[in-house]
Amino acid sequence: MNNPTRGSLLGIEHLETKEIQSLLSLARRMNPQKARPLLRGKRIVLLFYESSTRTRTSFEFAAKSLGAMTTLVQSSGSSIEKGESVIDTGYTLRAVGADCIVMRHPSAGAPHLMASHLDIPVINAGDGMHEHPSQALLDAVTILKHKRSLKGLQATIIGDIFHSRVARSACHLLTRFGVKMTLCGPPEFVPDVAATLVPGLRVTRHIEDALRGTDVVMLLRVQKERLAGQKIKLQDYIARYQMTAARLKLAKRDAIVMHPGPIIRGLELTAEVADGPQSVIADEVHNGVPTRMAILARALGKAK
Amino acid sequence: MTRAENKSLLIKGGHLIDPAAKINALMDVLLRDGRVAEIAPPNKIRGVADEKFDARGLIVAPGFIDLHVHLREPGQSYKETIASGTAAAAAGGFTSVCTMPNTAPVVDTAEWVSWLRNPDRGAVVNVFPIAAATRGSKGGTLTDFAAIQHAGAVAVTDDGKPILDDDVMRMALRLGAELNFPVVQHAEDTRLTETCSMHAGPTSFRLGLRAMPAAAESAIVDRDVTLAQQIHESRLHVAHLSTSDALKAVRRGKRAKARVTCEVTPHHFALIDENVGEYDTNFKMNPPLRSATDLEAILAALADGTVDAIATDHAPHAAYEKQVEFERAAFGITGLETALALAITKLHRDQKIPLTRIVELFTAGPARVFDLPHRGSVAKGDFADVTIFDPKKRWTFDAAKSRSLSHNTPFDGWQFTGKVVATIVSGKIVYQAE
Repeated sequence: MNNPTRGSLLGIEHLETKEIQSLLSLARRMNPQKARPLLRGKRIVLLFYESSTRTRTSFEFAAKSLGAMTTLVQSSGSSIEKGESVIDTGYTLRAVGADCIVMRHPSAGAPHLMASHLDIPVINAGDGMHEHPSQALLDAVTILKHKRSLKGLQATIIGDIFHSRVARSACHLLTRFGVKMTLCGPPEFVPDVAATLVPGLRVTRHIEDALRGTDVVMLLRVQKERLAGQKIKLQDYIARYQMTAARLKLAKRDAIVMHPGPIIRGLELTAEVADGPQSVIADEVHNGVPTRMAILARALGKAK
Repeated sequence: MTRAENKSLLIKGGHLIDPAAKINALMDVLLRDGRVAEIAPPNKIRGVADEKFDARGLIVAPGFIDLHVHLREPGQSYKETIASGTAAAAAGGFTSVCTMPNTAPVVDTAEWVSWLRNPDRGAVVNVFPIAAATRGSKGGTLTDFAAIQHAGAVAVTDDGKPILDDDVMRMALRLGAELNFPVVQHAEDTRLTETCSMHAGPTSFRLGLRAMPAAAESAIVDRDVTLAQQIHESRLHVAHLSTSDALKAVRRGKRAKARVTCEVTPHHFALIDENVGEYDTNFKMNPPLRSATDLEAILAALADGTVDAIATDHAPHAAYEKQVEFERAAFGITGLETALALAITKLHRDQKIPLTRIVELFTAGPARVFDLPHRGSVAKGDFADVTIFDPKKRWTFDAAKSRSLSHNTPFDGWQFTGKVVATIVSGKIVYQAE
């Protein structure tokens, strides 16, 4: 077991503040249309043990914009299906010449396991319910396009926080820069223990209370099968927590509405909110590519 | 009988702590023919011994008894064998170990109990098998307790799994009561812990791991204690107790004079859930490391007598079973070679629990739990099982040098106070520190 290779990005929690700052400023300078081939000749493996649309394609475009080669390895149709362990898959990819592994895995901590056994950087593209650091970074980039600075902002996350790696990473990143955070949802989705994640987090069950005066509203996808597992009635959830145009009026007039996707219209938010003027959901997806360019450039030591 | 057992061995100049005999003084101990021949103040034992052991400056204690070890035979000898596991036990000062039946196949017959006790297994310390309480440990039909007991098993359990069904547990305790046979329960309401890999609290939330609530343990202990109170003469032993609320249930049973006992592992008095760090699978075991509040309650219960024994739950696993995703990694850690050092370091040095109490938790306490006659004490006529240790010796544990076949321990590189110097089984030195 070793420390992760320099350039790895396993989570926001243990990332130094100045590293986050430099990633954010690099991301804002990256332009996929006019990128220099900083990573020409580099081989980047996209190792996805779980399905993904946004994260996978944006990492791939990011890598290619910088001149790197990419290959996609998924659990089905690879040796993973035959029972190869995470570490052995890592050794194999290293041996065929991978310079960096971007990894998504349903099990929390899997990228840490990989990173502790390899001498190449490992990028966490989402591990179980733990962290999704590139999403938190692109969300910060998105907020900064609409707000002057993070400090002093109020942000509210509504929905299934318990199962959400996006929420955990967002809490770590935004509170670090002075954002006051509120988590809102039923106890099954937002257990009291959620407030212990970082100092200063507030938990409330009432959406009106959560929205009043907020600058950023972040919604999370609600999975119907999880509602069933938690014995929450779908209609109750919608009645109490769905983001509607009327409820959005409780937030600041210039509040932005975010969602890591995929969105389910009519469940966690109405179509009116999703397509409304305050929605920056498409922006987030758009900012994914430059943010991931910054992450890859840093990983391979080309973050100049 | 081997020639070694016919020899006599005089342990001279040591400080004897024998809680069962209420001795805490400088005493010489003469062992002969596998039994304790004489205990006397220094230099009072006359006659010539074949061999002498200089124990000046050391503690001499009855041989330690571990109520809970997994030696993995039959069937999983890549993790551990009875030979390697008992060698590790000897290095840890244990002269007797009670083996858990969750092997492959499960030890659920008298035949397998006899197989475990066969000298061909190569054990260097005494092996007392615990057999399955239900066939295949499936929680349904009870095993043949009488036959199993007759073959030499000291208790029954479905360890690794709980006996969940109220009626099955009631029947097990009833049959155990008839035979004066303890039923050992791994208390875990598995309906609340499916797919979980650590204790439920701030750390599991931060790490994004599904987690086991403390109530999954305490609810079962609570039910079992109630059953033990209802069933006259039944004997319930709670394995690896880890939560404050489970301790409350045990205290309730003891106050009501039910025959309820419990054990605690060294890792549950030395570590808490936060120590899992960034998904270190050497900190993954079941029951999981609990909260700081639970640890405080366990320390108090070790000191005040609520806990009957320290047991290791020694659970060896191959490296490849641990070097995987945290959620997929095998539960359990090795523990035989670090138990005494952890007890002296964490309980005696840090918590000021007297050495006499610590020795009791390794000797008289466990001997009482399973009624092991002439063990757990070194009165004249008892078995010549002796553990000699240096309570002040400072040393560093190197997992790579472990006698166990597996090295899955969270204590690699730990600096300890207190070390085993020699382990004597039936009058024969089976381990001696360099």
